[in-house]
Amino acid sequence: MASSSSSEGEGRRAWVPLASRPEFAGVTPLPQDDGPSPVVAIAYRDDFRETMDYFRSLYSSRELSPRSLLLTSLAISVNPANYTVWHFRRQVLEALGADWTEELEFTEGVAKRNAKNYQLWHHRRWVAEKLGPDAASRELEFTRKIFCLDAKNYHAWSHRQWVLQALGGWEDELDYCAQLLEEDVFNNSAWNQRYFVITKSPSLGGLNAMRDSEVDYAIEAIHANPENESPWRYLRGLYNDENEAWLNDSRVHSACLRVLKAKRNFKFALSTLLDLLGLGFKPNQEIKDAITSLRTSDLGEAGSDSDLANSICSILGLEDPMRANYWTWRKQQASSSS
Amino acid sequence: MGELAGDKHVKYILSVEKKKDSFESVVMEHLRLNGAYWGLTTLDLLGKLDTVDSDEVVSWILQCQHESGGFGGNIGHDPHLLYTLSAVQVLALFDKLDVLDINKVTDYIRALQNEDGSFSGDIWGEVDTRFSYCAICCLAILKRLDSINVEKAVRYIVSCKTLDGGFGCTPGAESHAGQIFCCVGALAITGSLHHIDKDLLGWWLCERQVKSGGLNGRPEKLADVCYSWWVLSSLIMIDRVHWIDKEKLIKFILDCQDTENGGISDRPDDAVDIFHTYFGVAGLSLLEYPGLKATDPAYALPVDVVNRIFFGRCST
Repeated sequence: MASSSSSEGEGRRAWVPLASRPEFAGVTPLPQDDGPSPVVAIAYRDDFRETMDYFRSLYSSRELSPRSLLLTSLAISVNPANYTVWHFRRQVLEALGADWTEELEFTEGVAKRNAKNYQLWHHRRWVAEKLGPDAASRELEFTRKIFCLDAKNYHAWSHRQWVLQALGGWEDELDYCAQLLEEDVFNNSAWNQRYFVITKSPSLGGLNAMRDSEVDYAIEAIHANPENESPWRYLRGLYNDENEAWLNDSRVHSACLRVLKAKRNFKFALSTLLDLLGLGFKPNQEIKDAITSLRTSDLGEAGSDSDLANSICSILGLEDPMRANYWTWRKQQASSSS
Repeated sequence: MGELAGDKHVKYILSVEKKKDSFESVVMEHLRLNGAYWGLTTLDLLGKLDTVDSDEVVSWILQCQHESGGFGGNIGHDPHLLYTLSAVQVLALFDKLDVLDINKVTDYIRALQNEDGSFSGDIWGEVDTRFSYCAICCLAILKRLDSINVEKAVRYIVSCKTLDGGFGCTPGAESHAGQIFCCVGALAITGSLHHIDKDLLGWWLCERQVKSGGLNGRPEKLADVCYSWWVLSSLIMIDRVHWIDKEKLIKFILDCQDTENGGISDRPDDAVDIFHTYFGVAGLSLLEYPGLKATDPAYALPVDVVNRIFFGRCST
């Protein structure tokens, strides 16, 4: 939970009971009906209980008024995950002819404490839709701020992808991905976004046009951190179903070789070679030697595995014991196909 | 390694109501139906569902139903697919599906399918593969899958497949183990698992196991007990569960127990909650931990309940 700060909404300041606020005069609080002997009975805090009692009252009479809007703000501040409260808020906003920019500011306040709340993000999208393409740059900036706090926030990424597709703003997106990956090259969300951009951006020409330069980009990231799962999967994704091209890109073979020669963090390099071997790859002597040199004495003599693929699986079974069964299975696959 | 403190967990679930002022209690009002599903399914897996008065639960659930046919998270709340599924699952637990006006529930769900095959969660139109699962699982339990366009629903889910073999919430979104469960579950229920590259997805899923033995939901994220459910159930549905180290995962889940007051947390030494208690116990059930009922990985219900739905009364 976020700690309290001065920027937080009204609901977190000293609680002024609604019963003593003039704007709520005449509202009869309506308690939650939890049914008989509740299954999962709920204990309510006083401010929560009072807010929700007033909310239910105004909601049940469908009072579309400024004080209802205020009450939804209060209810959201005590519990931003309540679908019904957001639902009512949208009805009130539409009835009152809301200032949508002001509403964006409201959601930004809520996001500071609840950046992982589904309802908030859906509401934000609803408001941005009202504003149309003019909202694109503000929405991209908003998610950028969220990523400064948590660069893997799933909701914010989903929102950002929606903004790009529905409202536009693709121009700087590839640079933005590069920036995030510079900050943290292990950020799988940023790698995913990069793939999203190169495959979907209307200005980049699609995967075929981008493949060549992206292979270099991924390989550079691999050399910096060969244990990083993301660029390896990205590299494979660049070739998608194009097995022939994947098989024949010598840059991939050299990258694997270079990682093997360093003799550490070689799991994904070996696994990639295993994939390639399965597709008919014929490695040169240098690659064969590099694989053989990774064998430890536990694995016995180099010739004891029937071929290179078996050898790779034996090495990985020792290196990655948690997934020993997976590597054993890969070995069986390799044997049955050879 | 410690043991499963089953009795403590039963006590914990039954006593959630007494934990005054806990954050968990306050935020649960609107999703009490989800809470009921988590708590009651856990009780059933532990063999203690009979400690609850089923008539009271059923009458409360019916009060959560909206005139549209969908269910809200509590009495007087707006309907949503998330709660509609929980309502149907809990009624199935108690063998009380016959109290439902099945046409009404079916109409509610059917109306939420979009032209592209996806599902909105409610009338406000949020689209997410989670809702595809809710709709498909619900309709399968009600034996009304024929009321939606299954082919389109499957096509939409397949369009959310990612380069690593997993699935995201919408097309282009990152793989996430929770979304993968929803997509694999929906594909399993509709007999469409052939759309999955099982070897590729299986490898990505087993890579989610980290040194502590726990599972994370995405690369480089922390392990969390809830992924014991999302990842494991997905691995089982694609027949690849033996690719992870089961013993280490069991130890991780048991280490997340509050052995004094009951309940299971996301990670060792964190505060327990009912959500993680369910996912921990259900995860152990998927791992065939002794003394627990078996769980169906697609329907997220005890196997005997699923058998009763589809094959009649084969156990009591």
